[in-house]
Amino acid sequence: MATEPRRIIVDRRLVEDAWQPVADDAPLPDGPVIVSRQRWLSGALAGRTEVGARYRPDEDPMEDAERLGELAVIALEFPAFSDGRPLSRARKLRQIAGFHGQIRAVGDVLRDQILYMWRCGFDAFEVRADKSPEDALAAFAEFSVDYQAATPRRIAEPG
Amino acid sequence: MYRYNALDQRIVDERVAQFRDQGRRRLSGELSEDEFRPLRLMNGLYHQRHAYMLRVAIPYGLLSTAQVRMLAHIARTFDRGYGHFTTRQNIQFNWPELPAVPDVLGCLAAVQMHAIQTSGNCVRNISADHLAGVARDEVVDPRPYCEIMRQWSTFHPEFSYLPRKFKLAFTGATTDRAAIKLHDIGYRVRRNDAGEVGFEVWVGGGMGRTPVVGELLHPFLPERDLLSFTESALRVYNELGDRKDKYKARIKILVRRLGVAEFRRLVDADWSATRTPDLDLLPGQVAAMAAHFAPPAWDPWAAEGDVLLAEKARTDRGFRDWLAHNVAAHKAPGYHAVVVSLKAPDAPPGDVTDAQLEALADIADDHAFGEIRSLHTQNLLLPSVASADLFAVWQRLRLVKLATPNVDTLTDQICCPGFDFCSLANAASIPVAAEIAEAFDDLDHLYDLGEIKLKISGCINACGHHHVGHIGILGIDKRGADFYQVMLGGAEGDDASLGRILGPAFARDEVVPAIGRILDAYVDLRGEGERFLDTVRRLGLAPFKERAYGH
Repeated sequence: MATEPRRIIVDRRLVEDAWQPVADDAPLPDGPVIVSRQRWLSGALAGRTEVGARYRPDEDPMEDAERLGELAVIALEFPAFSDGRPLSRARKLRQIAGFHGQIRAVGDVLRDQILYMWRCGFDAFEVRADKSPEDALAAFAEFSVDYQAATPRRIAEPG
Repeated sequence: MYRYNALDQRIVDERVAQFRDQGRRRLSGELSEDEFRPLRLMNGLYHQRHAYMLRVAIPYGLLSTAQVRMLAHIARTFDRGYGHFTTRQNIQFNWPELPAVPDVLGCLAAVQMHAIQTSGNCVRNISADHLAGVARDEVVDPRPYCEIMRQWSTFHPEFSYLPRKFKLAFTGATTDRAAIKLHDIGYRVRRNDAGEVGFEVWVGGGMGRTPVVGELLHPFLPERDLLSFTESALRVYNELGDRKDKYKARIKILVRRLGVAEFRRLVDADWSATRTPDLDLLPGQVAAMAAHFAPPAWDPWAAEGDVLLAEKARTDRGFRDWLAHNVAAHKAPGYHAVVVSLKAPDAPPGDVTDAQLEALADIADDHAFGEIRSLHTQNLLLPSVASADLFAVWQRLRLVKLATPNVDTLTDQICCPGFDFCSLANAASIPVAAEIAEAFDDLDHLYDLGEIKLKISGCINACGHHHVGHIGILGIDKRGADFYQVMLGGAEGDDASLGRILGPAFARDEVVPAIGRILDAYVDLRGEGERFLDTVRRLGLAPFKERAYGH
């Protein structure tokens, strides 16, 4: 049975998601996959080029700094939208590790927080399944200016 | 004071529009209450016992008369004709309706005010020495740094979902009037031997369930590094603070768990990896900000009014009492800082009516360069009044019951809203304050007792700062009845200390008589000119305990 491709926000636009999240006990499909940090570090994906790793909020990606260049995507999990740890993780990934790949927000990802996530270095957002990703796009337009111009962004602001 | 530029105005205007939409989505059901709660809290909107409560930010306590008149308008139009000043130098309105809140925010934005980050797990309103810019013992005016930090912390993308709330305070004087050691981070602006400006940085102080006096994090942080270093401290806290138990989530618990040396090491490690020149404070930026806080045009001949002032004081006892208690020294000759007491015997501490606010705005325009400030003691201040104007100011304040001559006396109490309003409270606090005001209404008795800081909280969250009262009263619930723990010996400021519990809690009708017996013991035991606090420190709790419990 073919499933409808999931739509996510990437660089402030809705796109069909090219990446497949894979649980630790599921077989590895072909194509771009996002697996847990443990599975990635175990070497099970050696030889693949399109690899993403998923981090829980108590796992600091900076501990794997020397290998982050192997990853195209780092997915940081928000266990609750009110848990701000991934915001600091993303900031450090951009600023200290110089990570140029995609930083993806997964978990309890809601409209009213994604502008902050974006400004900390996230560029992809899996909005929670029961919420409308179209509606969430409006968040980017809610503020046209900010006080923290120094916050790193991966790409230039459009326009 | 600071005046908004176009960017500042746009941010508060866009915030009003954003909150209007969030309120609409809540009312339509698109947002659950759980999803809406942190959003409304970060806009100062609480749900209280009877209704919503809106807490409006007064950045480091500074108000213009236009702002005060708008607060009066809001009190009259959207509330029941009054507002309540808090221990964070903010003002709260107790009765707004949810659909009207965006309109209230719109009114505030029209006078360069907002309710941003007056609640929530984010950087809260920054507090400061209420005598900033006029104090004789000031080394550096802290207000430019407060405004720089206000802007930096407003909607900070990384630090808006911290483990718990985060409070900053600044002083630039040798005497600490901002309780910097009782804040998550407190700063004292100072100069080193070379005359350069920097900050003494204190971390991990606070009250609440686990009261802690802060520890020294940095003895002299160079001015340039204020923002980048603070970001690193907040980042360490954001990543390592407890997120499972809200009662262990403040930075004071993290600092205590790690030890201040290890916390400092982590901050330094992050700082060396993340600091960017973008966050450096440049001398030109600081100077441009300081220009906003240039003193008003004080009259260089104002001291000529001193002779007439002394004559008025000699002949009028009421005026003399008020001068002695409600008027503080000022650095400009012939000027004074006037504390406007919000501790009249018949009103809850910190409450003020729309008519009082408007009268005060008129007085400030006529006699005080249009400047008004809020204090953490739940009073207001006219920071610069000339000697020749003091008598007129006193007479006009008296007409609106704002001249109770009781500042720093027993009845200048700090008191949280307690069970009468707050849904967290375990016990009533305002009725206890009212009973104390009534029992100690004799001014000669009050003046004989001297300086006493009495602080009352209706629950352990300690909004009434009971831990640092010379006398602290904490309301608790014992099997459905209000009981009150009494503690003695607390203090804020340079000699900050936490009060110690006297003994078993008193029932509602026993607590004020017990305070009376404690004060009688003080009168019997004090040395010549010795303050209550110093007598408690010298003798310990035992003699007071004996008298309070009558055995």
